[in-house]
Amino acid sequence: MMRAAILALLFAFFAQASLAQTHPDALTDPALETRAVELQKELRCLVCQGQSLDESSAPLAADLRRFIRVRIAAGQSNDQIKQELVARYGDVILMQPPLDPGTYLLWFGPFLVLFLCGSVFAVVVARARKNSRRQD
Amino acid sequence: MTGEIGQLALCLALALALVQAGAGLWGARAATSTSLDLSRHVARMSAFGFFAFIALAFGALTFGFVTSDFSILLVAQNSHTLKPLIYKISGVWGNHEGSMLLWVLVLAVYSAVMALAVRGGARLTSAALGVEGLLAAAFVLFILFTSNPFRRLDPMPFQGEGLNPLLQDPGLAMHPPMLYLGYVGLSATFAYAAAALITQETGSHWARAARPFMLVAWIALTLGITLGSWWAYYVLGWGGFWFWDPVENAALMPWLVATALIHSTLATERTGAFRSWTLLLAIAAFSMSLTGTFLVRSGVLASVHSFANDPQRGEYILVLLGLAIGGALALFAWRAPGIEEGTSFEPASRETLLLLNNVFLTASAATVFLGTLYPLLLDAVTGTRISVGPPYFAITFAPIFIALLLLVPLGPRLAWRKGDLVGALKLLAPGAGLALLAAIVIFAIHAPHMLAAAGAFALAGWLIGASIVDFRERWKARGAGVQSFASVLAHAGLGISLLGIVGTTLWRSEALEVLAPGQSMQVADTQLRFDGVTPRQGPNYFADRATLEVIRNGKQIATIAPEKRSYPAEGQAITDTSIRTNGFSDLYVALGDDRGGGRWTVRAYVNPLAPLIWFGGAIMALGGLASLWGRLRPNAVRAAPAE
Repeated sequence: MMRAAILALLFAFFAQASLAQTHPDALTDPALETRAVELQKELRCLVCQGQSLDESSAPLAADLRRFIRVRIAAGQSNDQIKQELVARYGDVILMQPPLDPGTYLLWFGPFLVLFLCGSVFAVVVARARKNSRRQD
Repeated sequence: MTGEIGQLALCLALALALVQAGAGLWGARAATSTSLDLSRHVARMSAFGFFAFIALAFGALTFGFVTSDFSILLVAQNSHTLKPLIYKISGVWGNHEGSMLLWVLVLAVYSAVMALAVRGGARLTSAALGVEGLLAAAFVLFILFTSNPFRRLDPMPFQGEGLNPLLQDPGLAMHPPMLYLGYVGLSATFAYAAAALITQETGSHWARAARPFMLVAWIALTLGITLGSWWAYYVLGWGGFWFWDPVENAALMPWLVATALIHSTLATERTGAFRSWTLLLAIAAFSMSLTGTFLVRSGVLASVHSFANDPQRGEYILVLLGLAIGGALALFAWRAPGIEEGTSFEPASRETLLLLNNVFLTASAATVFLGTLYPLLLDAVTGTRISVGPPYFAITFAPIFIALLLLVPLGPRLAWRKGDLVGALKLLAPGAGLALLAAIVIFAIHAPHMLAAAGAFALAGWLIGASIVDFRERWKARGAGVQSFASVLAHAGLGISLLGIVGTTLWRSEALEVLAPGQSMQVADTQLRFDGVTPRQGPNYFADRATLEVIRNGKQIATIAPEKRSYPAEGQAITDTSIRTNGFSDLYVALGDDRGGGRWTVRAYVNPLAPLIWFGGAIMALGGLASLWGRLRPNAVRAAPAE
């Protein structure tokens, strides 16, 4: 049912779009198109790991780019679209991993390492300074 | 025949590697100078022999590729008679087995050079050759058991399956050998560090012995990463230059740690400071190389770089990784308490700045490590799959690295032990002036006004301006030789790359249109007139070649011809982008899909300052070369300061 609805939407959208312009998939409203581009940069192409939807030339990525535009044209917010895609594909579709207990180490780890190294640095410099003063 | 010769040569090389390891390590503990000399001699001769046999094996495989000997499975799977000669040769390392053989060949070259140079005294050389021999044996075993390049195929096919067209590219023919020269060069540094721990000669002379090797490794890594990024830029067809892809990160991690290492070694060589830390970094740098090799070679990552998915290989490398790193760390933990430190310097000194460099580089390397391995770990432990993309690195890596870049200009202008911070800052004032100027100009001309953009340009201005000041100061005292310009070049290169990255990120223009012949599109100040697509035949591919006239200010200035190529042997298609550059800005055009009726999708970008990204990388490498040059001159050893 859902699928059929999406297909119908897609069809209606393309019938219009192909009449409107030569640019393959773009939305006519530049503000909405900017939002679509912004969103597709935040989402990962699921077939070719390293690239975002914005960069990928895979067919699935093209489908998802169209999907995003259909949803934006239907008045949904970027967050709503993201949530729906996460519900369907999981967190893996987000370029930026969510902050939750499972990713605390990932997010805070770099700064923890920086803090630890910084502390060692402070101790080493203080000790070297003491040595240096003693020699003088 | 060649296959059997190669196979036999590998087996003999394995035996020699074991002899080298045994003799070398025996020499490290030898009680008398006669037995030390004897075992060192045996280790050296084995190292030369190892090189000869590995070169023979590599030559045999190359011969198989060049003559299209499809009775060798690897050749049948990765080559084709119609391939141009250069890609028959680069096809040798365009696959897992062959690239591991290249890895070992590079290792053999380093071993032979270590044996030839005898840097750092007989005992240290002996022990270092021993450690290198152990690594060599482990990797040859890996090849023989899990990745034999000489496996036969019966019946022999008439034609090979060809090489992934993405890899049929001059940039990529050079990229793996360069990167391996870097990865494996760190094994020599590692071997010297381990040798220092084994022989308990942990003073500064091991660092002096290892320095040329770590410089070569660093230069090669810098160039390898630069080449890889350039390749991605022009091959992947949308003008990106860095993707934070795990495979790129696998090369970035050793580069970051090696950069920390060449800085901390400066202090260790000069004043004997940070001895244990430099040893630890040498171990860490090679651990990062091995981690990178594991990531790329085990097939845990799905990417162009991993050619096969064989868990046995992953397990073997993982065990090797554990033994090498675990063993070295255990050795370090055992010996570290005995290492004399007692360094003395003032907070305003070059030592402090070198330490700060290490603090930030370690944290950056840890960030890349986490960002690369965390998703794999999380998936393995909890089954949750996440992606760690560029936004993560923008939030974590970027601020840490920016803090580092801010401090870069200060280091070279502070004296050892006790520097003059106020004097250094006064001297660097022109650099700060340039930074301020850059910030104001960018803030004024760029719409919308962005503080971040102004800040980024200011940082690049600061690095470049300070390098100019540094150059002037060093020119005044140029008696010190070429190597005193190493930091000028390396730091200026950093600024130039940054300029390129910021410029192209900020000012990239992009256009995507479907064009019929005769129609035009506009990207930035450039107009592109599409003259249609004609078919063309290459040596081993068919291409659709588009012709576009480049028009600027009403004048036609050039013709460019992007292509779409399809490789029938491999059954794959790639886009061949066309880039027109004036050294400061790239016009980048890629041909998209055939939309029927002579209409094609065309993607065009103008990437201002993009060429500077790779130009900066080359300048950095040149800095490394200057440092190396100074150390390899015959009188360099005498000129080196006494401990």
